[in-house]
Amino acid sequence: MKIITCLKEVPARDARYQLASEGTGIKESDLTFEINECDEYSLEESLKLGEEHGGEVAILTVGRRRAEKSIRKGLAMGADRGMLIRDEEGQLNSPHAVAVALAEVLKGEEFDLILAGTQSDDWSYAQTGVLLAELLGIPHATIVMEIQADPAQKKVKALREMESGWFQWVELPMPSVLTIQAGISQVRYASLKGIMQAKKKELRTIELSDLDVDWSSVPQVEVVRVYFPEVDKKAEILEGTTETVVEQLVEKLKKEAKVL
Amino acid sequence: MSEAIYVLIDHAQGEIRTASQESLVIGQRMADDSGFSLHALILGHEVRSLAEELAGKKVNSVVWVDDPKLEEYDPDVYCEALSQVLTEKQPHLLLMGHIYQNIDLAPKLAAAINKGLVTDCIGYRKVEEGFTFVRQMFRNKLNADVQIRSSHPWIVTLQAGSASVDDLQEGSAEVVAQSAELSSVQARRKSLEAFEVTKGKVDLSKAENIVAVGRGIKKKENLKIIEDLAETLDAEVAASRPVVDSEWLGRDRQIGSSGQTVAPRLYVACGISGAIQHIVGMKNSQCIVAINSDPNAPIFNIASYGIVGDLFEIVPALTKRLREL
Ligand SMILES: Cc1cc2nc3c(=O)[nH]c(=O)nc-3n(C[C@H](O)[C@H](O)[C@H](O)COP(=O)(O)OP(=O)(O)OC[C@H]3O[C@@H](n4cnc5c(N)ncnc54)[C@H](O)[C@@H]3O)c2cc1C
Ligand SMILES: Nc1ncnc2c1ncn2[C@@H]1O[C@H](COP(=O)(O)O)[C@@H](O)[C@H]1O
Repeated sequence: MKIITCLKEVPARDARYQLASEGTGIKESDLTFEINECDEYSLEESLKLGEEHGGEVAILTVGRRRAEKSIRKGLAMGADRGMLIRDEEGQLNSPHAVAVALAEVLKGEEFDLILAGTQSDDWSYAQTGVLLAELLGIPHATIVMEIQADPAQKKVKALREMESGWFQWVELPMPSVLTIQAGISQVRYASLKGIMQAKKKELRTIELSDLDVDWSSVPQVEVVRVYFPEVDKKAEILEGTTETVVEQLVEKLKKEAKVL
Repeated sequence: MSEAIYVLIDHAQGEIRTASQESLVIGQRMADDSGFSLHALILGHEVRSLAEELAGKKVNSVVWVDDPKLEEYDPDVYCEALSQVLTEKQPHLLLMGHIYQNIDLAPKLAAAINKGLVTDCIGYRKVEEGFTFVRQMFRNKLNADVQIRSSHPWIVTLQAGSASVDDLQEGSAEVVAQSAELSSVQARRKSLEAFEVTKGKVDLSKAENIVAVGRGIKKKENLKIIEDLAETLDAEVAASRPVVDSEWLGRDRQIGSSGQTVAPRLYVACGISGAIQHIVGMKNSQCIVAINSDPNAPIFNIASYGIVGDLFEIVPALTKRLREL
């Protein structure tokens, strides 16, 4: 089975953000980056499917050169090869544009299954995987919590999470796209051997200019302003030493909120 | 032709979903702000009573597509039906709730008709070009104004809670049957019966007090301090999703959009950042206390009382103080 895993690099979870001077993005220079949370899970799921059914797992990323680090991490976890569509200037600034680029590269690939994350932790669009499926003309299922592949029958069963603890199995022909939800399984660590091997694995860079795409026909969705949210109802922040804040809290819970 | 705003009305078990009612409220506001007409769009089979219910709202018309193939949601069939309606009606905008079904559907529709899509918006601003849309990102720490630059119809999904259903205005409109030619669509995905997993396990909705723990607890062994606090408060222990994903607590203790919805008297959130998917499950708690080391954590935007600090210090101290009462 040939599996493609879409992997995005995002700012680390504990990042403290500053706005970029143009006001349409964040300052990236002081941030560290890591693999998007649900993409780690989708990679794990790809590797498990590869182990179960044999075949190949390839990582596909749109990003800056620095994203090679995350792709190498994925290779160290066990993926066979990586592809980076290099967008050094962040020109592909909408999920639709990213999906078009991913689709363009995948037209030259054979695959049975594409796994993407449910949503990215930076821009949080929850769009890319589904856009990609439609652009490739293949079916999809979103927010998947379990996969049962049957390569002989060219079928895959996916357990879709729904709201409030409901689930639903769906059956799809392959090739298809599944978007993976965090928590689908426990993510493995890269072994030392894996890290050594990763250095020798293929990591192909594709330049944006190599893609045969008419960008003017891709719908344009533009972020015109990024800012810290104004909120009308903010918590009353209790200040002081641990003892005094705890004392204040207990008083407030008793006398003001009357919940103790 | 005057410009039109369409709102997709989702329904389940014979009822209009809350997210769609909220979308309709936003649609009503946008129509008032712009002078555009407003239309509720409902797909399904034998849902006349819902269409009539919608006709009692302040809309210009209810567009009703009835087909046996629309009885259950399928992405291929629903996408085809919507594509046909949008292609014929050419509205300015189609609004819908950012519910799981539309997370599955909206990007497919956007790609199928090659139109701009903005997902998970919390509001809009009226501008010269029409509207810009406001959305949260970077783990709810930042907001963005987003402008679609390409041709209409635009597609926009709205976050749960982006409006209050109490603001839905009444009115009187006509139900217009709209046909869609669906005989040639092949549903490639086969859906089996949906089932509920948490049933019969811990029911947190009845708890008077809840102590909830997030990824800030760092590892399972540290849960003891949370359990101790819960015990002194006679509270149930609950968790954010990552804690459950890591298998530190059972799935039946998860609060949020994919877990349980609760409204206890007291909700103490320890090491929880306050992502929207968590907030929707607990925001109606009477009193929310947040303990978090990050002063910019979005949980402080909805809490009643906040303590900026290390939960490993604060939580045991609070337990100790409560035991003295
Ligand atoms: C479709 C979908 C459905 C989802 N459903 C749910 C759901 O039902 N419920 C849910 O909760 N999430 C859900 N999520 C996930 C959600 O988006 C967030 O990822 C999640 O809620 C974050 O959990 P957290 O706050 O525990 O972790 P994080 O966001 O990682 O936050 C941890 C917090 O702990 C703080 N912290 C760290 N160390 C300390 C310390 N020593 N003392 C005090 N504070 C500390 C940090 O400052 C941070 O704010 C869903 C996501 C998707 C895409
Ligand atoms: N630049 C990218 N490169 C590779 N995959 C991506 C990229 N952006 C998004 N994806 C995939 O699409 C998923 C959803 O992203 P989004 O639509 O931005 O929320 C992510 O979890 C990734 O799997």
